[in-house]
Amino acid sequence: MWEILDLELIASGLRLSTPLILAALGGMFSERAGVVNIALDGIMIFGAFTGAVVAYETANPWYGLLAAMALGGLVAHIHGIASIRYQADQVVSGTAINLLAIGVPAVLSNALYNSTTVTPNIQLMLPIIHIPIISSIPILGTLLGKYSILVFFAFAMVPLSWFVIQKTSFGLRLRAVGENPEAAETAGINVYLMRYYAVWISGLLAGLGGAFLSIAHGSSYVNNISAGRGFIALAALIFGRYTPKLTLVGCMIFGIADAFQIRVQGVIPIPVQFIQMFPYVLTMIVLAGLMGRAHVPAADGIPYAQAK
Amino acid sequence: MFAVRLKQITKRFAQTLANDAVDINIRQETIHAIIGENGAGKTTIMEILYGFYQADAGEIELFGEKKEIANPQDAIDNGIGMVHQHFMLIPPMTVTENIILGLEPISRSGILQLVQAEERIRTLSDEYGLEIDPQAKVEDLSVGLQQRVEILKALYRDAEILILDEPTAVLTPLEVKEFFQILRRLKSQGKTIVIITHKLEEVLEISDDVTVMRNGKKVGELPTKDASANILANMMVGREVLFSLSKNDVTPGNTTLKVENLSVTVNDKPRLKNVSFELKEGEILGIAGVEGNGQTELVEILTGLLKLDTGTVWYLGEDITNLSARKIREKRIAHIPADRKAHGFLSTYTNAENQILGFHYREPFCRPNGFLNFPNIRENAKNLLKKFDVRPPLPDLQTGTLSGGNQQKLIVAREFSRHPRLLIIAQPTRGIDIGAIEFIHQQILDLRTEKVAVLLISAELEEIRSLSDRTLVMFEGEIAGEVSAATFDMEKVGMMMTGHR
Amino acid sequence: MVLKKLEVLILPLVSVFAAGLVGAILIFAVGENPLAVYWIFFKSSIFSINGIGYTLFYATPLIFTGLSVAFGFRCGLFNIGAEGQLYIAAMAVAITGIWMDGWSAWVVIPVCFVVSFVGGGIWGGIPGLLKAKFGGHEVINTIMMNMIAFALVNYLVVGPFHRKGTQILETEFIPEAARIPRIHELIPFIPKTLPLNMGFAIALLACLATYLILWKTRWGYEIRAVGISNSVSTYAGISVNKNMVLAMFIAGGFAGMVAISEVMGYRYTFHDSFSGGVGFIGIAVALLGRNHPVGVILAALLFGALIRGSLFLDLNFDNLSKDLVMVLQGIIVLFVATDKLFKKILSVFRIG
Repeated sequence: MWEILDLELIASGLRLSTPLILAALGGMFSERAGVVNIALDGIMIFGAFTGAVVAYETANPWYGLLAAMALGGLVAHIHGIASIRYQADQVVSGTAINLLAIGVPAVLSNALYNSTTVTPNIQLMLPIIHIPIISSIPILGTLLGKYSILVFFAFAMVPLSWFVIQKTSFGLRLRAVGENPEAAETAGINVYLMRYYAVWISGLLAGLGGAFLSIAHGSSYVNNISAGRGFIALAALIFGRYTPKLTLVGCMIFGIADAFQIRVQGVIPIPVQFIQMFPYVLTMIVLAGLMGRAHVPAADGIPYAQAK
Repeated sequence: MFAVRLKQITKRFAQTLANDAVDINIRQETIHAIIGENGAGKTTIMEILYGFYQADAGEIELFGEKKEIANPQDAIDNGIGMVHQHFMLIPPMTVTENIILGLEPISRSGILQLVQAEERIRTLSDEYGLEIDPQAKVEDLSVGLQQRVEILKALYRDAEILILDEPTAVLTPLEVKEFFQILRRLKSQGKTIVIITHKLEEVLEISDDVTVMRNGKKVGELPTKDASANILANMMVGREVLFSLSKNDVTPGNTTLKVENLSVTVNDKPRLKNVSFELKEGEILGIAGVEGNGQTELVEILTGLLKLDTGTVWYLGEDITNLSARKIREKRIAHIPADRKAHGFLSTYTNAENQILGFHYREPFCRPNGFLNFPNIRENAKNLLKKFDVRPPLPDLQTGTLSGGNQQKLIVAREFSRHPRLLIIAQPTRGIDIGAIEFIHQQILDLRTEKVAVLLISAELEEIRSLSDRTLVMFEGEIAGEVSAATFDMEKVGMMMTGHR
Repeated sequence: MVLKKLEVLILPLVSVFAAGLVGAILIFAVGENPLAVYWIFFKSSIFSINGIGYTLFYATPLIFTGLSVAFGFRCGLFNIGAEGQLYIAAMAVAITGIWMDGWSAWVVIPVCFVVSFVGGGIWGGIPGLLKAKFGGHEVINTIMMNMIAFALVNYLVVGPFHRKGTQILETEFIPEAARIPRIHELIPFIPKTLPLNMGFAIALLACLATYLILWKTRWGYEIRAVGISNSVSTYAGISVNKNMVLAMFIAGGFAGMVAISEVMGYRYTFHDSFSGGVGFIGIAVALLGRNHPVGVILAALLFGALIRGSLFLDLNFDNLSKDLVMVLQGIIVLFVATDKLFKKILSVFRIG
């Protein structure tokens, strides 16, 4: 069985960590601003569905990508209205989005394609980038040679997110509303608006993460396409103590675990269902081992009533 | 010249009239005190000035000009700064990040320019003698220094008028002295300062003028030199106030509580170091000290909420070290917690339900089969609410709807009702009005007469002085000194609280 | 004042009504007539004895899952794991029934009841334990437990317990002795085809038990106390950890009782993906029912009617499927969560 522990495993792990990275970074913006976003999974499903439908209807994956982001932002905005403006319990509001993500794609795909579980295969997938020289070098070639453009984008988002959060006034204000919204408001910051920005970003990124599944990694939307990845991304975010760098590590661990579970199926004599449990069990173990050590943004999950 | 004139300010919150046609005139380059009991409306009117609330009626005039202040930003733009009682700081961020928030200097590409900001903060800090390191994390600073960060925040925004809400509540006597020096320096450099407080001695020491408020109305405004503690107190309360309690002579009996070498470490920080003391029947032992010097941990250990690392707790000759909270409660040790909302009662439970909290699982409130005995629970509540003057005395009302003073009386009623042999009572009168304070103090003294041992933890030195037979002073987890009622000296205790022996 | 009291009733109704409006937009968008769709819901669910019977039948598992979620909420915990808990319990009941072939019904039925409760209880108790011991987020952990449960029962129904000679993913049938009676066996004029069974009565009893436990006993006093404030409970000598585990065990147990109505009362076998998401609909049932047993019954009846009606959607409308129920309940949860919005609207009437 050891033959599966090769570079291809790492490469496949990097691919599978991509949707996690996008969703987890999205979650990071939202939670650092004080809005718990348990809706990441639902937003990913909406993104995957929209991406696949628009990419198929327009025969252009780029349009699918844009549409997925836009819808991700829109769905996140609904979560925002409920949990920011109307101070709903953020976990409940996020769960509502997740429930909608079970029903709405099924109803729509039934109406569009007479199937509640799959959409037609898209004609064109997002381009794979071959890095010219590196892809011909033996080891590096396997490791870094050819990935969907979204993989590169996701990894580039990690330092970018760090920069935005730590080094810009936008990031400072975002952190402030997540730690102490009252203090931020007395400093003249529009707490609601900052939280909306953060929730929008989380929607754009999670929607993109969903689109990766349906138009870059796969080529259509299928029922339950996220397979709980939105929740695993949240676990990675908690593992990463709400910082981009460590969250990346968390996502890569889960991505490689996922790749491992796919590649090990049929290779070792354990029923496939037990192998499929691996990432979920790992998530629970990681969560159990880590809680309480991270600094959770102090106002995370607490609705704030702005004076204005 | 007046820096601020508030004219006929009226503000209503739902059922209550927080401010009723209040006029306040604050002279430029003075220190102006606003005093009153809890709920007198003094904070509300200043938050209207700061734009946090909008007045329903009335006008604001700044330096002779009428102004509309719609939000804190307007106030800041008009040179008003406010330091709230609960600091508006973000602990995991640096001093600089906290100060520039909302007014960030950025480069053309949108990047924060922290170095320039730090430079300016350092200059300001030096100018007013605040001694603040701009790169320090706020969570690493003492409360006194955090307060200075708040002042810096206002100065950074070019505040000319500085409002301070209960600024000395969290400071040690020594820190208060330093703080007053800072205020005087600010005044001498042309700033106008408003302090909201209920401490009369401080008003007399630091202010130039004083406004007294009661029940949302202004009851007086006078130059401080014409005021005295008695005059102000009578105006505040609207009746004569007894400054001293009548304390019986009680001869302490046998030892009730004896602790030996208590040590505990929480989150890798040593919180208690070798604390030992004894407490006798009919004795009130005060624990003085700035909050965060181990008092919380001491209370939690004695009440079973925190496990000791080393040491022994003896209670009536029995070793009760590290027993559970329930076991300790069963031994008739009562606990009135410092933070009543966080520990003392369940806000959506009824008064009757809260009156059995901690005793809910046994007779007479619970039958042996596990079902609650509602007739007994109601009867118990009716009696206690009446006896302890909780208003309104309705067993079925949710406790969260009561005022702070009545919530506290409800907790006192519950804890006293089980006939304690030892009472551990922390910050018994925080945030409640004078009437309730007098009532609770008298109840504590009555228990002492009944030979109950009382451990009183308070940040208010005045409270400790008036009630305790003996006082221990805590500093950084250790007993820094002990004084008896006869030798109690504010100055000396204040020194001990900051580690000077 | 009267309106204030009525608010408990009015707000959920307004949420449902608003959800109906939003649902109508969606129905219109896929090219169908919303009124026709809602008419089908009405007609099929409450206009005949058969319809009512089916509504009660579909409401039964929802009462169990609604209670499950509500019980967790009362202790401050969000149980999104009812779906996984009920699958585990259903499989456990099926296996127990098969193993106990030949035993008397007086033994098998009580044993299966206990197994259904304990099976679901363990599956719910694990996230409770992880929360208590390590602070592990119960929402994420119950979802993960769902995923693990799906894989586990799938393995069992495909592998060791698959009924020989069929393509359907089902276990062997449980013996007669492990089956509970259908309503038509007890009441004469009920149609024989109606699958409504004694599980419904047991669900009502579970509601009564929940009410008594939560509001009339010391254990309920403690569970609700923990749900309101961990720190106050700790102060009062109430063990937060113990009550969290207990509440999640009981929550899981109620979800597991779905096995009583579905396996022992209806299918007599474990059928792969038999639930159709009742574990998730339980979230909407609990929230709409304000986490109170009476509210849970009312909300479960509403969703039971919706499920009943949804079965006619595929037949009558080209562009609609029964998934519409999932959409409606998602919208209802969203609206229940944003009740501030409706309170605002209502307060306009109050002043006027």
